[in-house]
Order: sequence, then structure tokens, then C-alpha cells
Amino acid sequence: MKILLAVALLVGIPAFSQTSQSNVPEIPFDSAGDFLKLPDNIYLGENVGVATNSKGEIFVFTRTGQATLTLGTSRPFAHGGTRLLEFDRSGKFVREIGKDSYGFMDGQEVRVDPQDNIWTVDQMTNMVIKWDLNGRVAMLLGRKAESERIPGAAAGGEGGGGANAGRGLPGAGAQSDIFNRPTDVTWDAAGNIYVSDGNGNSRIAKFDKDGKFIKSWGSRGSEPGQFNAPYGIVIDAQGLVYVADRGNNRIQVFDSDGNFKTQYTNVGTPRTLCITPGPHQYLYSSNSNPTNDIDVGGEIYKMELNGQVLGKFGTAGRLPKEFGTVNAIDCRSNNQLYVAEMITWRVQKLSLHPQK
Amino acid sequence: MRSHFCFAVALIALLAAGSLFAQTKAKAQNVPEIPYTSVPNLLKLPPDLYLGEAMGVATNSKGHIFVFTRSANTRLFEFDQNGNYVREIGQGLYGFSFAHSVRVDPQDNIWAVDEGSNMIVKFNPAGRVVMVLGRKPEFVAQPIPVPPGPTPPPEKYEFRRPTDVAWDPQGNIFISDGYVNHRVVKFDKNGRFLKQAGSEKPGSGVGQFNLPHGIAVDLQGNVYVADRSNHRMVVLDNDLNWKTVYDNIGDSWTVCISPGPHQYLFTSNSNPNGNPPGSWAVTGEIYKMELGGAIAGKFGHAGKQLGGFQVVHMMDCRNPDQIYVAEIESWRVQKLLLHPESVEKSSVR
Repeated sequence: MKILLAVALLVGIPAFSQTSQSNVPEIPFDSAGDFLKLPDNIYLGENVGVATNSKGEIFVFTRTGQATLTLGTSRPFAHGGTRLLEFDRSGKFVREIGKDSYGFMDGQEVRVDPQDNIWTVDQMTNMVIKWDLNGRVAMLLGRKAESERIPGAAAGGEGGGGANAGRGLPGAGAQSDIFNRPTDVTWDAAGNIYVSDGNGNSRIAKFDKDGKFIKSWGSRGSEPGQFNAPYGIVIDAQGLVYVADRGNNRIQVFDSDGNFKTQYTNVGTPRTLCITPGPHQYLYSSNSNPTNDIDVGGEIYKMELNGQVLGKFGTAGRLPKEFGTVNAIDCRSNNQLYVAEMITWRVQKLSLHPQK
Repeated sequence: MRSHFCFAVALIALLAAGSLFAQTKAKAQNVPEIPYTSVPNLLKLPPDLYLGEAMGVATNSKGHIFVFTRSANTRLFEFDQNGNYVREIGQGLYGFSFAHSVRVDPQDNIWAVDEGSNMIVKFNPAGRVVMVLGRKPEFVAQPIPVPPGPTPPPEKYEFRRPTDVAWDPQGNIFISDGYVNHRVVKFDKNGRFLKQAGSEKPGSGVGQFNLPHGIAVDLQGNVYVADRSNHRMVVLDNDLNWKTVYDNIGDSWTVCISPGPHQYLFTSNSNPNGNPPGSWAVTGEIYKMELGGAIAGKFGHAGKQLGGFQVVHMMDCRNPDQIYVAEIESWRVQKLLLHPESVEKSSVR
């Protein structure tokens, strides 16, 4: 009769791939370690997102506190469990954004768009939220389920169905902004919005800059154009869309209409991506270690946009310069990265020293 | 609704019966009583803070007292050596769900073991997180009932209701895990898995545990495990090889080893939850032992008034003559001043 905090979570995790390219040069790097300075009463938890704006200010999306389920109400309602924190460029705490937001429960990613708006993705509330520069809500995609079906959730963990399976439609998803555990958001030069959706659905949803649904592509599977837990999404200056197709151990590349262009299968299990700005863009991809193991994977690859691997750095672990399941990379500056780690509750600031 | 209520009552009755059978009278006979006094009004809390079930207590090198308690949320409080409230550590922490144990390592880092989040959190002396072990289940797929069938084998880096943590002189980390797994896990000081003893299956044989509930390590690196539901304490060497058992001290709920050249081992035959009939007569005492198993004496008894114990869940024995005990059912921490000089020198096995 015990209700166990589920061991069965592991069911449905995509197999971790170590099929990465051999003979990749190591990129020397340093870590400023756990450099964020927080007030005494605020603690980071699992850091699912880190992003900087044009002023170098740092936004961290962290799972902390406790999600709470109400009892004695007509239906069980749930809230809490994730916070969005802002730091200055030196790592000093500035403010909290979206305190007690209705849309924050199980944070998954934070990104900053070219106009410095902050976008959060939450896979429990199934909401993508655009915050303006003042930290106020500017636009919403998706809607939180009114009530949570807890307990009695379907078995499944990362990549599986989960409590909100059925919130959207598994696989191809609804032709709308009804998400099922979305994972990431990005924009093209015209401001169109792309959401990787996600752990429940297996599709990419595209909206115009005003949030009007345009189309979505993909369904669950391993063929080109299909996805198994698409976990990260980025767009280059030409408008090509790169998707971390984590469960299929590949990066897929599409044009902005969702036509499959190519795939990269030599960088392990991509969990998150980042593309640098500027005339020569680079692609970073993390072969993040699984959340239940620090003895495999963990390295981050630096690539040309065409898939050529330039080098790699890091390994799984809990020490500085080791990574505990990187879930987000910020690469606004080409050789100074921020990485958000889940199982070690850290954000590290990295300086790369690529050889000439 | 009525049938649900009846079912709940039946369930509670079943659980109560279970704990009734769990109470164990220690086999050790003629153990000298160590006189002691309990310091009244020890912890002084601000008016808006309350302890709930006091699951863990530990002191640091300055004598500050850390209490890990189940109140509305699980919280970790620090008091000075006089019991004055200092601060809260880990307020709103992702890993604080259901307190089980707190320990302070030789460098004054504070380690909290949470059996709700399945995590062990290491705070530095400033109260900031420096390492976490285990992972809280992701609630987007939570909670779900235990699937029928056997528990799957343990993961290297994940726990199932872990209970306690200890370190050897090299800084290796030992974790008792726990209520669902029945194993002891050894990690290096950087949190990398080295070895485990026991498994996901409970058992009473050599190499097996049934609810390893507390853990301590001596200066030689030997590991002492409170094998609670097996009514014994298990001693392992530093590589987790089986050495011996002490089975004359009732149910070993929690263990503590004092520092210094002559180390003492303390274990509590705590009275069972629910205070079933007759339990106060045969449980509640704490044993002071030599590391080799010889019993130096015992003190304490079940009871609700100061000086009596209501399910001692944890002890601090930094000073072997000054013991802190955390009690589940009295929501209380007591400071006990032992007076061993008045005990006869006779030791018994």
C-alpha cells in the first residue's frame, strides 16, 4: 500500500548512447565553479535553464521548493516547485521574476530572445511564457491543466508519458498550442516562435511572432523527421532549425518549414543545444550524462553548423569542470559559456581556450 | 467514503500490529545503569517557529546544534551551544521533503538525509549547498503506486528512502539505504560510487540487511550499521566486508560513535512508534558500548516526560558524556548529562 516516489521513473528513458566520434580533440577550459551569489534564504535546486541577455545579466530557471497539491478542494490543484532568478554579470543576485507564477511547476528551459525578452518553458504546466524586460508577462503559449490527476499517473519518466499524458495528443500533437511536456523554445529572424514539444508529444510547433499557430511537424519514431523526446531547439542566422533529438541520439536539421535537411549522429545523446551569434556561428551540443549516472558521458561538443566536430570538453561528475547532467548552455560569447546542471544543482561559468 | 474510512482504519491497525511485533527486549542482562540528567528548556525557538517530529540532531566543533525536523515543511535549524536559535538552513530547498537524519562531518559541513526526496545534501559551514547525492523523483510523472512485483535492483546513484550518512577518515561517504533498498553504499569523497553491500531485498543472513536505519564509522574505517528490523547492529570493514554482529542490544534504531582516542559506540533500542501495550517495560534504553561490542552501561527509558524517551531517532555523541537525542514522538531534542563515574566498572557482553 505504500506510495513510493517512483522508482519506475526509469521506464521509458531513451537508451544512452556512447556512440560518439572518436579522436575528437579536447578543448582546454577552466571553470569559475559555482559562482552565483544568492541571499541566505534562496537556494538553487535542479538548474534546468541558464541564459544571458545583451547586458550579460544571467537568468537561471531552477526547480526548487516543493510542488504542492491541495487537499479538501473539489479537485486536486497544484502549484509551485520552480523559480526564475536573475543575477548580474558578476553573479550577484538581482531579483526573482514570476514569483509564485501560475505557470511555474516543473521548469525545463529559459532562453532570452534578441530583444532581451525572457522565455520560460515548463513541462508540468505545459506553458511557454514570454516575460518582458521588466519581468512582466508579455505573452503566453499553452494552458496549464486546471487540475492534476495525481495519483494514478501513467508510468513513464523522461521521454515517457507522465502525469500529463493526454493533455495534448501523444506523438504528432494537436495542431495548436496544447503542449505535452514541452522542452525548449527558439525564434527565427522574423520572430517566428518554435517550440520543441517534447517529452509527451514528439513534434516541433511553429507560431508567428504574435503567437498564432502556423504548423507543426514530426511524430514519435526514429525516421528522418520523426522524434523521440526532442529536448532542445536552436536556429541559425539562415533560419535552419536544429533539434536535439535526444531519444534518437542525433541532431536533426530542418528548414524553417520543417523539411528535413540532414542529421548528425556522432555526438552521443544531445540533451541541449546552443548556437553562437556573430558572422561565424558555432553549434554546441551536450552529450549529458543520464540523471542516474555520473560514470558515462557528460562531454560537450563544439561543432561547425555543417556538423563537423571541432572539439569537446568536460566529463560527467560533481567536481568543477565536471558536469552533472547539463540541461542548458548559454553561448552568447563564443568561448565563455554558462552551463546549467540538473543533478548537481550548479551553474558553472566556463572559459574555453581553443588551440589555434 | 465510508468504505475508504474503514479501509484506512484497518490499515492503521495493521501497521500498529506490525510495530507491536517489532519491539524487542534486549538480550543483554545485568547491564549497569548510567545515571543522567536531562537539561530542561534546551532549545529556545522564536515564537513563530515550532519543531515537529525531531528526526535528526548533530553538533559541530563549536557545539552548535543542528536539528532536522518534520514541521509543515521539512526544515533544518541551527542553535548555538546554549540552545539559542541562530538560523534556518536550506529554507525551501528542493531536496527537503521528509527529514530523516542530519550529521556534521569533521570539517563542520552539515549533511542532511531526506527520505522523501531520496537525497543527501551537503551544506558547507556557511549553510550553502556544496554537494548533493541521489535525485528527487521528477514529479511531472509523480507520484505513482509501487508497481506489483519485486523491487528492481538498486541504482548506483539513486536511493530509495535513504536513512543516514557517515564518513571514514579519508572522507569516503557511507550511506544506509534504507526503507526500500536494504543496502549500504560507499562513495568516494567526490560522490563517485565505489561499492555496495546488501541489495534491494531484505534478509537476515550474512551480507543482508532489513531496514538499515543508521550508520557510523570508527577511526579505523569500520562501518557500524543499525540493522533495525533484524534486531541487531552489523559491523563491516571499510570495503563493506562482513565482520560481525551485535545482537544483544534490542532493535538498533540509530548508532553514534564518539571521537577521540577511546571511541565509544552508542545504540538506541528505541520504543516502537505508537507505544503499544507493554512496550515501555522492555524498550527505550540507550546502550554505551566499546567498539568491540562490550557493553559499558545503559541509560534512559521510554516515557513522555523530560528524561524519558519517545522513539529516539538519532543521537549526537561528540562528547560521550553529553548526549543529544532527537525524539520522533515528543517533537523534542534533549541534552543528557551522563555521570558514568558512578557506574561500577563491570562490563558485560
